[in-house]
Amino acid sequence: MSDQAFVRREIIEEQTPPLTAFGLVGWLKSNLFSNWFNAILTFISLYFIWYVLSGVLPWIFLSVWNAGSLSECREIATATWGDSHGHACWAVIKDRWIQLLFGFYPSELYWRPILAFVLLLISLAPVLYTSVPKKIFYLTAVYPFILPWLMWGGSVWAYVSALLGFVLGYAIVRYTSEIVGQLGAVILSVIGAIVWWLYIGPLLLSQGVGAILPLALEPVISRDFGGFMLALLIGVVAIGCSLPIGIVLALGRQSDLLILKTISVWFIEFIRGVPLITLLFVASTLLNIFMPPGTNFDIILRVMIMVTLFASAYMAEVIRGGLAALPRGQFEGADSLGLNYWQSQRLIIMPQALKISIPGIVSTFIGVFKDTTLVSIIGLMDPLGLSQGIRANAEWNGIYWELFAFIAFLFFIVCFSMSRYSMYLERKLQTDHR
Amino acid sequence: MATLTDPDKESFKLSMLLYDTRYRSMTIQVIALIGFVSIVFWLISNTITNLNNLGKPVEFGFLFESSSYDINQRLVEYNSRDSHLRASFVGVLNTLVVAFLGCITATIIGVFVGVARLSKNWLVARIMTVYVEAFRNVPVLLWIVLAMAILIEGLPAPKAFRGENATASLEVFDSVALTNRGVYVPEPLFSNGIGDVALFGQSSLRFSVSLDLILIVAVLIASFSVSGWIKRRANRIQDSTGDRPTTWHLRLGVTILPVALVLWMLGFHLGYPELKGFNFKGGTHLRNSLIALWLALSLYTAAFIAEIVRGGILAISRGQTEAAASLGLRPNRIMNLVVLPQALRVIIPPLISNYLNLTKNSSLAIAVGYMDVTGTLGGITLNQTGRELECILLLMLVYLTISLSISAVMNWYNNSVKLVER
Repeated sequence: MSDQAFVRREIIEEQTPPLTAFGLVGWLKSNLFSNWFNAILTFISLYFIWYVLSGVLPWIFLSVWNAGSLSECREIATATWGDSHGHACWAVIKDRWIQLLFGFYPSELYWRPILAFVLLLISLAPVLYTSVPKKIFYLTAVYPFILPWLMWGGSVWAYVSALLGFVLGYAIVRYTSEIVGQLGAVILSVIGAIVWWLYIGPLLLSQGVGAILPLALEPVISRDFGGFMLALLIGVVAIGCSLPIGIVLALGRQSDLLILKTISVWFIEFIRGVPLITLLFVASTLLNIFMPPGTNFDIILRVMIMVTLFASAYMAEVIRGGLAALPRGQFEGADSLGLNYWQSQRLIIMPQALKISIPGIVSTFIGVFKDTTLVSIIGLMDPLGLSQGIRANAEWNGIYWELFAFIAFLFFIVCFSMSRYSMYLERKLQTDHR
Repeated sequence: MATLTDPDKESFKLSMLLYDTRYRSMTIQVIALIGFVSIVFWLISNTITNLNNLGKPVEFGFLFESSSYDINQRLVEYNSRDSHLRASFVGVLNTLVVAFLGCITATIIGVFVGVARLSKNWLVARIMTVYVEAFRNVPVLLWIVLAMAILIEGLPAPKAFRGENATASLEVFDSVALTNRGVYVPEPLFSNGIGDVALFGQSSLRFSVSLDLILIVAVLIASFSVSGWIKRRANRIQDSTGDRPTTWHLRLGVTILPVALVLWMLGFHLGYPELKGFNFKGGTHLRNSLIALWLALSLYTAAFIAEIVRGGILAISRGQTEAAASLGLRPNRIMNLVVLPQALRVIIPPLISNYLNLTKNSSLAIAVGYMDVTGTLGGITLNQTGRELECILLLMLVYLTISLSISAVMNWYNNSVKLVER
């Protein structure tokens, strides 16, 4: 050992890492210039970004806001910047944004859809966030009855009667299941509610109380509905109804009862096998033929029914995926605890199955909301339907980027926030340790 | 030792239909069946009453009447004197064309974007994220209508190509004309071709297939099978001796030479579009409606496929790659032999369901006037004949057939690659 020339006796001082390994330079080196291929990719990407932004940014910001027509817009742009191409004409949005939002809804009644929207946000809050006071759930429960009243107007008593029918059904289940058993109670409550809706409710409330205390809003006909409001309305109803129906269908498909299973499978496969547009054709042309002669119910209601059925079939498949992903032990554990079918579904199976299927459920929601644009094909005035009218208008003939950018932006906000919320929810409900 | 005895024989009581789980399921099923049948019966009887009142009983005779409308983009010959059934058939073919084209381009773009989103290059990954989010969160109908608007308003009219100081010119070596009336691309022509063969005689489903095309496809299939045989032979030699013979030049030759020979014998050449009169003549004319639909559907579906591809690759744990590397495999063999076979098992089922979605979304063609089966059978035929029930039933049947065939293929594939578990 004595021939060694040098042996270090003490530990050398800590040194700062080389400049290329930390901070901005380090980040650049590892993420953008790790090898020659990445460096080339980086330069190509930078050129691409510059190319896009150099076109889009001046278009957005060096734009015309005050003009009466597209040709006037072009004149102003040419006078100001020397060319008419690279500058947006936001004047069309300024001119028509209210129409794109509300359609032809009477302008003095705009407070009603706005109030409905605000109430929607409030009643959704306790569903979406656990930190919100639980009392708001009462609002959530009655919201399905407030929404149509605010939107369509008319006497409040029809909606109160509908609500009381549900309350009655619930009360029957609650107080008679001790006496006649669960199945009997459910049958009784359905009968009770139907009798209420058809005979007692209208007599008592609409004609009795309604005559004494006529609480009514000015009615608005469905033809006046339109714009983003219509898309939101159809989307919210379809989303809200499709989740429970989807759960029932998924349970039906997984059940041992042969007849229920067959009906569910046929329904789901049929709906998933045809495009939504054919179902909308059914809504616009056939649904009245299926009803008793003389019935002529509202086009928006018909569309809502078909969109809801469509969404339910997809929802059922998503939830079935969640059910299939649960280990058998969960079902057997619930059985061995002595829980009956609905108890085990409610307490053990569904909470886990729904949690697993959150991403699928939310992407179905997003899909349904996007698909509401299809109603423009059967002549409803959703934003796309209105945009066709605006483009056919003499003043704005030839405009497309600005209009579609605005509509796309509206849809993007709603869909993107839904997908971000689902990510948040997944993180919050994550119970495995990673 | 206790002996097992049979439980007491209970007599059946009516209340057991409600309380006894053995009979309750029966009760529920019977109630459900009665309810379901009565609803269906109610709907059907309503329909019959209503149709009788309207004076149009359900019959399909209208399908054989003359359609008297034109379809401008079509694969098979058709004119306005042909029957509605013929028009529907043209529509079905158009649906299949746009679905087929869309699936191919969507897969190519989607795989590229999905892989690029996983790139180690931060900028590339971000750009691809922006693309995916932008397309996934905006309705496909908007993309279709926007694409159509861009093509109609943004592209030059054919007259801009005319004269000394033309403002527009042909693209790609003077062979492709992008105009606001559609895109003209070179068409394949055979100067000594061997003709067509007509199928299905004079029926509404008649169509003719070019024998030249059949010949080329047959030669291609033969070449590929020979090439596959060469590969298997090389594998055999490698297994027995350890040395792999060089095969790429053989396989390349076997694949290209016969086809080139056949093309030369058939006198293959391209017919270029030319400006004649007010419009382009020659070449294949792809209408703007087809291009817009194809473009929008591909870009939209590609965003979903990109997410599927990304998820599939991420689903393969790092351990697999590392284990393969520690066996001494090279990166491209790791990809081919270890990662891809496992990733494909995750990727293929949702991929096929996206193909299905694309096919169903192609029904939005009606918004831009592309005559697919929704535009012919569910559009003009429905409006002309007033036969809503029959038209929509047939339309649904067409889409159901397409969807169920695709899902049958998917189930077969799923079963063949399923992991065998205990």
